[in-house]
Amino acid sequence: MTFEQLVFYFLASVAVIAAGLVITVRNPVRAALFLILTFFTVAVIWLLLEAEFLAIVLVLVYVGAVMVLFLFVVMMLDIDTDQLREGFAEYLPIGATVAVIILLQLVIVFSFGPFDLEQMPAPAAAAVDYSNTHQLGLLLYTYYVYPFELAAVLLLLAMVAAIALSLRGRLSAKRQRPDAQVRVRKEDRLRIVKMNAEKQD
Amino acid sequence: MSNIFADIQLATPEIFVFSMACVILLLDKVTHERMPKASFLLTQLTLLVGLYLVTITVPEGGSIKAFNDMFVLDGMAVLSKQVILFLTFVVLIYSYSYITERKMYRGEYFVLILNAVLGMMVMTSASHFLTIYIGLELLSLSLYTLVAMNRDSDLATEAAMKYFVLGALASGLLLYGMSMIYGATGSLDIETIRSAIQGMESDDTMLILGLVFIIVGIGFKLGVVPFHMWIPDIYQGAPTSVVLFLGTAPKVAAFAFIMRLLVDGFQGLAENWSDMLTIIAVLSMATGNILAIIQTNLKRMLAYSTISHMGYFLLGILSANPNGYSASLFYVIVYSFTSLAAFGLIIMMSRAGFEAEEISDYKGLNKRHPWFAFLVALVMFSMAGIPPTVGFFAKLSVIQALIDVEMYWLAVVAILFAVIGAYYYLRIIKTVYFDKPERNEPITARFGMQFVLSANVFALVLIMPWIGVIMDAVSNAISAMG
Repeated sequence: MTFEQLVFYFLASVAVIAAGLVITVRNPVRAALFLILTFFTVAVIWLLLEAEFLAIVLVLVYVGAVMVLFLFVVMMLDIDTDQLREGFAEYLPIGATVAVIILLQLVIVFSFGPFDLEQMPAPAAAAVDYSNTHQLGLLLYTYYVYPFELAAVLLLLAMVAAIALSLRGRLSAKRQRPDAQVRVRKEDRLRIVKMNAEKQD
Repeated sequence: MSNIFADIQLATPEIFVFSMACVILLLDKVTHERMPKASFLLTQLTLLVGLYLVTITVPEGGSIKAFNDMFVLDGMAVLSKQVILFLTFVVLIYSYSYITERKMYRGEYFVLILNAVLGMMVMTSASHFLTIYIGLELLSLSLYTLVAMNRDSDLATEAAMKYFVLGALASGLLLYGMSMIYGATGSLDIETIRSAIQGMESDDTMLILGLVFIIVGIGFKLGVVPFHMWIPDIYQGAPTSVVLFLGTAPKVAAFAFIMRLLVDGFQGLAENWSDMLTIIAVLSMATGNILAIIQTNLKRMLAYSTISHMGYFLLGILSANPNGYSASLFYVIVYSFTSLAAFGLIIMMSRAGFEAEEISDYKGLNKRHPWFAFLVALVMFSMAGIPPTVGFFAKLSVIQALIDVEMYWLAVVAILFAVIGAYYYLRIIKTVYFDKPERNEPITARFGMQFVLSANVFALVLIMPWIGVIMDAVSNAISAMG
C-alpha cells in the first residue's frame, strides 16, 4: 500500500464516520461541526485527485460561508430536539426496511463490477505546469456557458423566491390599529379572579 | 467552438423571457402603487412576444444543436414551447381577478411565473443532462414558491411543504440515476449516451438501475402511481390560480422531458422502460379513477383525475414508436386545455372568501346560471372522453397506438377504467342539472374572462373539423425530432 493510498483510506473513513455522526448526534451545533469535518476531509481527497481549485473553493465557500451561516441559524433558532425525534421509533421499522432493501440492491448491482479498479483506471498524473484552475475556467465559460448562465438564473430565482416568501411588509413596526382597538372586548383583556381574603401574618 | 452569436440567436425566446422577468422584477418596485396593472400587462406582452419569437425561430427541417450540443431546437421543442407560452397566457387571464381579490397580486408572482416558463422552455430544448436538470429545477423552484405564496392559509403552507420535500426527494433520485448513467456511459450528453447504450448489453445492471432511478424521478414529477401521494394535497391546498398553472403547462413540459430522457437517450433500453411504464400506467388509471369517485372536494377530485389522465398519457409513450409519441403529445395538449377550462370554471365561480371548491357548491347551477352550467357539462364530457368533444379523440388516439403495437389487453384495461372514470364526471353534470340549488348568490365574473373561458370550452368541441390539422402538426413535430 502506497502512502497515497494510506492517506486516502484514512481520509475516506474519517469522512464517512463524520457524515454518519452528522445525522446521529443529538446536538445540532455538533452536527454542523461534524459536517464541517466532512467537508474538510473531502476537500483533502480532492487535493489527492489534483483538483486544487475545487478543494480550496469547497473549504472557502462551504466551510467559510455556508456553514458559518448555518451555525448562526442553528444557534438562533431554538430547536427542540425532542420534538424533532417524535415519532422516530414509530417510523423506524418502515424506514429501515426501505433503506436496507435499497442498500441490498445497490450492493448487488455494484458487485457485478462496473466500478472495479480495472474498469476505472487511475488517471495519469498531470504535467508539472498543468493548471487545474485554468482548465476549469476555460471549460466553465466556454463549453458549459449555457448551463452556467442557467445556474445563475436559478440562483437569482432562489433569491426572489426567498424574499417573496419572507418579506411581508413591516410587521415589526409599532403602529396603532384603531379598528382593532375599537373591537377589543372587556373579556379579552381583563380577568377577574375571585378569592377569599387572606390574613396578613 | 461554434459561433456563439448563431447559438444566441437560436435561444432568443428564452433570453427574451428571462430579460423581461428581470425588467418586471425591477419595474414593479416603481409601478406597483401608481399602475398596479403594469406588471400583469407586461407579463402578458412578454408571453405573446415570446410566442412570436418561438414561431419565427423554427429550424428548417430536422434539428439544430447549439451551445456545444447542450441546446437543441427541433419540431417538438417549437411546438411544446408554443403550447406552453399560450397556455400560460390564458392561465394569467383567468387568474388575474383571483389574485387581485386575494391580495396575492405582487410583482414577484409574475416573475415566478415567467421563470417557470423559462424553466419549461429550457427543458423542452435540452439535449444534455445538465440543462434538463437545471430547467427542471427552475420550474420546480418557481412552483414551490407559487404554492406557498398565500402565506396566511395553513392548507397552502402545508401543501407547499409537502411539494417541496417530495420534489427535492424526486430531484435527488433523478440525479442519482443520472450519475449512474454517467458512470456506465461516461457522458452526460444525450446523443452520446444513446450511442454508448447501443454498444452495451441491454441487461447491463448498472444501466438498468440508473434507468429505474430516472423513471422514479419522472414518476414523482409527473405524479403517477405509486409516486402520486402529493398531488391531491397540493391541488386542494394551493391557491386555485396556482393549481391552474401547475396542472396545465408543466404537463406539456413533462412530455418533452420524458421524450428527451427516455426516447432520445434510452432508445436502446426501450423494452425495459416500456415495461416499467406499463405498470405505472395501469396503476395510475386504476387508482386515479377509483379514488376520484369518493371525493367531495372538486379540486381533489380533479387531482385524482389528473393522476388517471397521466396514466393514459403514458400509454402512448410506452408503445415506443413515433405514432405512440404523437398520440401522447396530442393527449397531453388536449388534457392541458381541458383542465385549463375546468380550473378556469372553479375560479369563475369563486370570489374572495368563497373558493367554490366543494362539489356541493355546484348544486343546481343550471337554475342559477344556465350558461355556466352548460360550460361545466361540456368540460366534464371532454374530461370523460365522450364524443363529440376533443377528449374522446385524445383517448382514441392513445388506445389506437396501443392496438398498433398489439397490446390489446392494455387497451381493454384503459377502456374499462375510462368507463369507471365517466361515473364521477357525469356525477358533476348530474349535480349541476338535477340537484336543488343550495346557494343563490349571483355569479360575478369579468366579462373578458367569461368570454375567453367560453371560447376555451367551445374550442374543445368546435375544433373537431380541424382535428386532422392538429394531428398532422403533432406528428410532424415528433418526426422532426433528432
